[in-house]
Amino acid sequence: MLSRTADNLYWLARYVERAEYLARILEVSQRLTTLPLAYAGSSNEWDSALATAGCVHAFSEIYSQASEETVTDFLCFSAANPSSIRNCFEMARSNARAVRTALTVEMWDAINGTWIELKRFGNGATSRDEFMRFLRWVQENSLRFDGSAYRTMLRNDAYWFSRLGVYMERADNTARILDVKYHLLLPAHERIGGPLDYFQWAAILRSVSALTAYHWVYRESVKPWLIADLLILRDELPRSLASCYENLVLYLDHIARAYGRQGPAQRHARAIRARLENSRMEGIFQNGLHEFISEFITDNNRLGAAISEQYLT
Amino acid sequence: MVDAFDEMTGADGTPRPAYAQLARWLAEVRPDVLDFRRREAEVLFRRIGITFAVYGDPDAQERLIPFDVLPRILAADEWQIVRSGLEQRVQAINHYIRDIYGRREILKAGIIPEDLVFQNPVFRPEMNGMKVPHDIYVHIAGIDIVRVDPQTFYVLEDNARTPSGVSYMLENREIMLRLFPELFARHRIAPVENYPDELLATFKSIAPANAGAEPTVVLLTPGVYNSAYYEHSFLADKLGVELVEGRDLFVRDELVYMRTTQGPKRVDVVYRRIDDDFLDPLAFRPDSALGVPGLLSAYQAGNVTLANAVGTGIADDKAVYSYMPGIIKFYLGAEPILRNVPTWRCREPEHLGYVLDHLDELVVKEVHGSGGYGMLIGPQAEKHTLAAFRAKLKSNPTNFIAQPTLALSTCPTCVEEGVAPRHVDLRPFVLTGADRVRVVPGGLTRVALRKGSLVVNSSQGGGTKDTWVLDG
Repeated sequence: MLSRTADNLYWLARYVERAEYLARILEVSQRLTTLPLAYAGSSNEWDSALATAGCVHAFSEIYSQASEETVTDFLCFSAANPSSIRNCFEMARSNARAVRTALTVEMWDAINGTWIELKRFGNGATSRDEFMRFLRWVQENSLRFDGSAYRTMLRNDAYWFSRLGVYMERADNTARILDVKYHLLLPAHERIGGPLDYFQWAAILRSVSALTAYHWVYRESVKPWLIADLLILRDELPRSLASCYENLVLYLDHIARAYGRQGPAQRHARAIRARLENSRMEGIFQNGLHEFISEFITDNNRLGAAISEQYLT
Repeated sequence: MVDAFDEMTGADGTPRPAYAQLARWLAEVRPDVLDFRRREAEVLFRRIGITFAVYGDPDAQERLIPFDVLPRILAADEWQIVRSGLEQRVQAINHYIRDIYGRREILKAGIIPEDLVFQNPVFRPEMNGMKVPHDIYVHIAGIDIVRVDPQTFYVLEDNARTPSGVSYMLENREIMLRLFPELFARHRIAPVENYPDELLATFKSIAPANAGAEPTVVLLTPGVYNSAYYEHSFLADKLGVELVEGRDLFVRDELVYMRTTQGPKRVDVVYRRIDDDFLDPLAFRPDSALGVPGLLSAYQAGNVTLANAVGTGIADDKAVYSYMPGIIKFYLGAEPILRNVPTWRCREPEHLGYVLDHLDELVVKEVHGSGGYGMLIGPQAEKHTLAAFRAKLKSNPTNFIAQPTLALSTCPTCVEEGVAPRHVDLRPFVLTGADRVRVVPGGLTRVALRKGSLVVNSSQGGGTKDTWVLDG
């Protein structure tokens, strides 16, 4: 398979996943800002949305103030933001078009349909209602694309590269939320904890669609260190770092078996997975949650580079 | 406008034998049925995604080419003449290109003026003295043919570089088979669906001597923004070969490789749909990002075959076209089976004089033009257009040729007012391999959908038809 084809499939999946993630972050921010100040805390939720989207720098080049209006525009519709939802779908569709014949009809229909419908939203939403509908629409379309890939693609290297894109992006996104919100999850927080923190914690869980999952797994009220445990170490949660790496190792192994050769990407992914498997939350807190997350982000980026080097260029 | 020969009704209005069944069917079929099929065809095309881009029209990034559901039909004996004429012509073209980059006997014999070759921007000095595999330069030719009466087929244009349109020939047939099974049942029609197989066999036959038993073929496209990108991806898919862009290939030690997920893979034959200028930034246009640095050196070393060869433009230039009958006689010692349209070369003063005096009767074309761009149709032009063209002609006569306005034959076509005659041409595709020449019966029929229009190019409002060659 051409490296460029694999690259297109990988990025197609990454961009769709990223669009969905942005929609979830915005939904959560929107929800927090509707709470009375005493509940939501005094920090600017829109600053934090930008940070979790990894767009602080690009944003500050255009706007001076992070407000609901500027941030939603920047993250959803801005042409100047390469990672806006609109640009994610644009990029996903142009990647798809370049490998049209490597996609199933269902996948093409899903992404092409999304791209055509995107025009309907024009340059922004006219009301909050419409904006919320837009965010739902983004998530539904991501689900539809993911579902068509899962249900219709042949299980060969094309599928595996597309899955690698999903899980690389997902691991990066979850790690980014943890990176921005880690201070809320430190055990010391429990003592200060009041209703204020509850809403922040719930928001973190919502942004990885895990609020209900939390209750199923722990059957307890929301506790910060358990949130960290869920998002980092629990295999059961599809968006946890552990689950992402379980899948990354799985699909990299499929590729290595088909091609008859292991490489740096496989070794690197296995090393990260082993670290996640061998970690316990007490240890992570002891050595510093923030340090752990920062290191993970660096490692994850290194895996992205290794995959790219080994297969995509 | 002169009366055109209608391929269905001929001169006397009674259906000619090849069209007898279609005429009978048309008389029986209810208009709403025809209209329904027509709309069905459009839905099918849209779903398959057969589109083309029109340069300079931002809204038409992806546009559908109109398809006419009534077939154009050629009898077996008519096709036999066309086919043998095509083979002869392409054979002569290959001899000619080899001669130009070799011993240049045709120039020594004074049949073609030297400056027409050497001062031609499409002449490639890099090809001088180079041996190409099996002496074949033009592996895929698209020869445009028009008809003016029952006996006379003219060659209107040779396309010896990267002719396009074959995907429409294939898709048109597929759609017709789905929409009109009852019409197919009434005829015996030569199939065209084996074209990709024939093309692949042609490529394998021309692989370099040092390629393995199963040569690797790729299709090199300029990318998604090219107007023929759909065709490129369609053909790559049908051929079962990789659709590559320049950045997917690289050259090391004069060997061509493609970047794959399993590491570099040697490439033996490149079906390139990129013009010479953009093939290799080291050899041609340095600013081109579409090509592959070093490709020409690998080609010259004989490690890769390019189809078509570099420098074939010297054969399909519209000024060289006018010498084609002489070229055929010179190399094959035979009269051309397919005639040339009489052509005035504006580079010659007495021809230019004639053209300027008769501008309102003639079709004037740019020597290097294609796609119907920059062309004048005298009888249909406004006064001021004629005047503007006259000035262009005078300032740069070598850039133009002129031909009489031909009354292109017409075929029944579905249009707004029902079934009506519209002008057509034909582009058959001729494949030349090391083993043999392959011509799939028929080709792409293009039709000028506007009443009275003679311009069949898709970029100028033309459509296409399925082309049926009756089998015996």
